[in-house]
Amino acid sequence: MSTKADHPALAYEQVSRRYAGLSAVDYVSLSIARGSFVALVGSSGSGKSTLLRLANRLDAPDTGRVLVDGQDVAHADPVRLRRGIGYVFQNIGLFPHLTVAENIGIVPRLEGRPAVDVAAALERVGLAPDLAGRLPAQLSGGQQQRVGIARALAGDGKLLLMDEPFGALDPVTRDTLGRNVRWLHDALGLTTILVTHDMAEALLLADRIVVMARGRIVADATPREMLAGEAGAEADALVAIPRAQLKRLNELAR
Amino acid sequence: MTEALRQLPSLIASHVLLAAAALALALAIGLPLGLAAARRPRLAALALGFAGLVQTIPGLALLALFYPLLLALSTLIGGGVPALGFLPALLALTLYALLPILRNLIAGLRGIDPAVLQAADAVGMTGGQRLRLVEAPLAAPVAMAGIRTAAVWTIGAATLATTVGYPSLGNPIFAGLQIERWDLVLAGCVAAALLALITDALLGLIERGIGRRQRALTLAGLGLLLLGLLLACLPLLRGPTRSVTIGAKNFSEQYILARLIGGRLERAGYRVSYREGLGSAVAFRALRSGDIDVYVEYSGTLWTGAMGRSDTPSRQAMLDGIARWMAAGPKTGLVGPLGFENAYALAVRRDSGLGSIADLAARAPELTLGADLEFLDRPEWRAVRDAYGLRFKATRAYSPTFMYRALQSGQADAISAFSSDGRIAADHLTLLADPKGAMPHYDAILLVAPTRAGDRSFLSALRPLVNLIPVEAMRMANYSVDRDKDKQSPEAAARWLDAHLTTARR
Repeated sequence: MSTKADHPALAYEQVSRRYAGLSAVDYVSLSIARGSFVALVGSSGSGKSTLLRLANRLDAPDTGRVLVDGQDVAHADPVRLRRGIGYVFQNIGLFPHLTVAENIGIVPRLEGRPAVDVAAALERVGLAPDLAGRLPAQLSGGQQQRVGIARALAGDGKLLLMDEPFGALDPVTRDTLGRNVRWLHDALGLTTILVTHDMAEALLLADRIVVMARGRIVADATPREMLAGEAGAEADALVAIPRAQLKRLNELAR
Repeated sequence: MTEALRQLPSLIASHVLLAAAALALALAIGLPLGLAAARRPRLAALALGFAGLVQTIPGLALLALFYPLLLALSTLIGGGVPALGFLPALLALTLYALLPILRNLIAGLRGIDPAVLQAADAVGMTGGQRLRLVEAPLAAPVAMAGIRTAAVWTIGAATLATTVGYPSLGNPIFAGLQIERWDLVLAGCVAAALLALITDALLGLIERGIGRRQRALTLAGLGLLLLGLLLACLPLLRGPTRSVTIGAKNFSEQYILARLIGGRLERAGYRVSYREGLGSAVAFRALRSGDIDVYVEYSGTLWTGAMGRSDTPSRQAMLDGIARWMAAGPKTGLVGPLGFENAYALAVRRDSGLGSIADLAARAPELTLGADLEFLDRPEWRAVRDAYGLRFKATRAYSPTFMYRALQSGQADAISAFSSDGRIAADHLTLLADPKGAMPHYDAILLVAPTRAGDRSFLSALRPLVNLIPVEAMRMANYSVDRDKDKQSPEAAARWLDAHLTTARR
């Protein structure tokens, strides 16, 4: 009898998804180990967001299977599946008519569980507890996304899916929030999948980087291997950008 | 004015009841339909197209359309569907209220940020939770604005329910228009406008409560709205025992007689309400179905209309025929004739020296006949023309007021007149006798509903009116309401008539 721990946290088996005849995801197989922090990198339209959305059935594959803890999500109740998986959007998607506390407590409320400790939930994403009574519109973009992350974690799921969560934020907020997420990942023992088009971000935060192009995986390596040029031409092209920027910065500083 | 105000509470009650019922029904249909249509473009186009089409039909026409529709439905399922009164008014107003409710609800739902809806799915909301926790509160402010529009429209359009025999604030408006009593019109308009304003303000309070997420404000608005509804409907709850509804067609004589009958019944201990402004064909149907308990009909109208006869028997033969027909068929009750006729007759100036239609026929080739707009097309004219061989130099059609002026000024030498018209006495006219009996009789007769035909105490309150009213008294009463100067209300004319009849009898 296999237990949950024997299976990868998330696995794709020969998964494809087409929109109007075009392949967004093209026969992808990928296995993500429990506890790992994986960055899915690629340009717009490479299929990385679609791949993420297949995990909690916001979208469904045309062929292949998606497994969460070894269970095919196609046979799972989508409502229960989603409540157990944290999900963070690029456009944040807070409920505008609910307070910060109500947004964070939504999953326990849906399940009829006791309310979460909002102050603690705010504190671990770096927000002051007195924001609990505010409406989302009264917060800055960075604060809103911190609430979004707190909401995703309040369901007590161990799988955290993040779809370009820092895309709309300024560089300073981006950096601190990224480090905050990495710290939460380690502290809570999460399995995190971060979709981003920023290779520097992926290199700095993730244990493993999967590069996608035209619906396929074109590179799959650790940051160290990526930087060493061992992950192939597509990966090298993406790594070359932050490396060139670093070089120019060094020259300016001289 | 005080007479007008006395009628208002019960009219406001039925007006509010109708508008509230129509709005509730429109919400019961519109909210689920709008929810279903918001994410289904084809259904939305269909629903909005239909509601928009309904909106292009004038309110009065929409109400009128339901009459034949419900009549046909009633025939189809073997009777029992009332084609007049509450039901057609409710259905028409409901359809009318649908468009703003649908349009705003769909707009409100479509206006929700897709990211928010996706988040609702991603946190694991069921369809019902998403609707209750996210879609409903976010669409509510826009949807409420539509409900407010619908409420104001419905309260305004409910005045038209009068025309299908449902009492509303349209009663004083339509009656006032007919008898040129602008205080009545004003009372109805002001009351309807105030109702609409108050309702709109309270719905606005609820809208603000929802928008600002202040539950107390929302509940206060709802509570006040319910309280207002209850208060407005209070007159309806007051003991409806021994209450009767008196019908009246849409002219002065009918208004006066309805009040005369109402006064007698009130003195006999009945609570009385009125349904006025009924169309001629509508009135008898309303009596037959029990929507009204009593009204005054004219024998010739029943004879050629509901009974479908084309002969012109004598006065008594016609009354006997009507009594026999009613006993065999509709089971309505004929209490008896009131004692005067409101028939077509030919009138001349008193100085003409003419006494009968036979005298007129001899001189007709040198005379001009003035007629009202429909007389020359009616069977009465053909009957009298053929019986006496009437051949005028010329015939001219006028609206009634100008017809009387034409006779006074000599432009016409004889006119078609109604025998109980007050202007006959006021203008010193002579009604020509009809020795050949060519004109059909239009005896004013008192009819009661089938349920009242065997009600002894009810009939005993009405029977003293039989053969009580001479045509001269009716003419004076009619004239007091119709004249341009020193106009009386129908109530005042009815009181004068009742007092006059009582003293005359002593």
